[in-house]
Amino acid sequence: MMMMTLNNGALRVDLKLIADMVEPGSRVLDVGCGEGTLLSWLGKHKNVDGRGIELSMAGVSAAVAQGLSVIQGDADTDLKDYPAGAFDTVILSQTLQATRAPMDVLGNMLRIGRRAIISFPNFGHWRVRAGLAVGGRMPVTDTLTYEWYDTPNIHFCTIRDFLELCRVLNIRIDTGIALDRDGGVLPMAGTGWLANIFAAQGLFVLSRNG
Amino acid sequence: MSAPASAAFGSDHNPLGLSVELGLDRPIRLDCGVEMPSVIVAYQTYGRLNPEKSNAILICHALTGDHYVADPHPLTGKPGWWIDLVGPGKLLDTDRYFLICSNVLGGCMGTTGPKDINPATGKPWGQGFPVITVGDMVQVQARLLDHLGIDQLFCAIGGSMGGMQVLEWCASYPDRVFSAVPIATAARHSAQNIAFHEVGRQAIIADPDWRNGEYQLHDTRPQRGLAVARMAAHITYLSETALHRKFGRNLQGDRDAFSYGFGADFQVESYLRHQGSTFVDRFDANSYLYITRAMDYFDLAAEHDGVLANAFRGTKTRFCVASFSSDWLFPTPESRAVVHALNAVAANVSFVEIQSDKGHDAFLLDEPEFHATLGGFIEGAARHRGLPARGG
Repeated sequence: MMMMTLNNGALRVDLKLIADMVEPGSRVLDVGCGEGTLLSWLGKHKNVDGRGIELSMAGVSAAVAQGLSVIQGDADTDLKDYPAGAFDTVILSQTLQATRAPMDVLGNMLRIGRRAIISFPNFGHWRVRAGLAVGGRMPVTDTLTYEWYDTPNIHFCTIRDFLELCRVLNIRIDTGIALDRDGGVLPMAGTGWLANIFAAQGLFVLSRNG
Repeated sequence: MSAPASAAFGSDHNPLGLSVELGLDRPIRLDCGVEMPSVIVAYQTYGRLNPEKSNAILICHALTGDHYVADPHPLTGKPGWWIDLVGPGKLLDTDRYFLICSNVLGGCMGTTGPKDINPATGKPWGQGFPVITVGDMVQVQARLLDHLGIDQLFCAIGGSMGGMQVLEWCASYPDRVFSAVPIATAARHSAQNIAFHEVGRQAIIADPDWRNGEYQLHDTRPQRGLAVARMAAHITYLSETALHRKFGRNLQGDRDAFSYGFGADFQVESYLRHQGSTFVDRFDANSYLYITRAMDYFDLAAEHDGVLANAFRGTKTRFCVASFSSDWLFPTPESRAVVHALNAVAANVSFVEIQSDKGHDAFLLDEPEFHATLGGFIEGAARHRGLPARGG
């Protein structure tokens, strides 16, 4: 889907942010891991015990071919089987909006993982708002590249929507980061009003309350 | 054909394979309760066991397979059934690994089976042969490893019934399997598959030459029944797409119109008849009854309180599960059930469904994406096992 790496094997900026949050030697599940770029990096640099789930045969095949443990499946159907607490960290990068039941996915991530790291495109970004408000068309932007008729994204949300869902599900937000179009970090303060307008994507570290 | 193929495996490689009598020290107790005083096991090896004995790979063959994995078949002369994968520098690299494949218990290519002499009666076992299970097959393989002095396999790999054996290995001898590759298989034989097997068995039993399984004593062979069984089974190994691509509704070469009779008008009929008639030259009818029965009885969950995950609890084995999209004999959901059970015990598992229109037989054929995935998995497992890297 998206370019996972820049040249020289460097991680994409948002993946690098995620990678920095992972503890060395921990157990990690990367949901929607693509060809395993992040898992491979974490294995080499942080010695993690990594597993992946990926929808496409080509992605799985490429990941397994580099020695990673990846199963073909998706977040909606393949998270429920894992036992509680099987992982230290469960990662869902740029995939939440493509799941059928985001609430269940979130719940399962925090059941099987001690914490979850989630990034998603922010539908509240001003370009999205402008696309709809001014252009009167469904928005197509750098982070939302699909036309309405061929998009796999079926459950868009804004950063504020996401914060509200976490409140409803009693999920603790340990870290919230707003990213601009280039992956640069923006301040996210208070209710997230500003981030909700200027962030192209949100990146959150979540854990269970209590 | 045979000379260069065998030469690749060294001057001391016997293309006809090896044989050993097992169970002489302690009898082999089968699931049905019968104790076999001894079992002859025919097997073949490729490559060399390293001094640490850590590079052994067990290849488990399918229903009508045998241990001639990379040697020409002694009866048909055809190349080994997994010659694409097994050899120097190949995916199952005979320069790096010690490969073992044994003919299963109940088979007819050298391992003790119903066509062999029952020492108690001096006559062929026939229907007196005990009903065997996949677990029994694996138990005999474990005895073979004991004989070879191998504590732990680097890998157990197999497709179809071979995959059932791989799963059974992981459940029964978890510490003896470092990595496992069950391909195009299932943790239980489905009702549909049992039904197809029953059709085959009834075709054999209905053949007057079967003679209650005592055809050897009457110097007959239930060839028509066995051929029909093979024809029916062979359809299940292919896909509609593959059959259509190969034959369509085409008539046989010299025909341009229907014969208005029951000769083989269509190419697909002629093909199936050929499959049936060549099969009877190399396979024993009673073996076919016994081995299909073993597959029917296979239900790994049932052996573990009805919970498949229990079969794998605590496993440290690295798994690579693979299925093929057009396989309707062992469809992908069967493999997924295994993967979900492995996930439930947080096992180390990879799984891929290979897009292929070749049906169940795809695991035997040239499927580049499958081979790339498998190769990567084995390399990764070798690294974790501390085995030298390719070319190292």
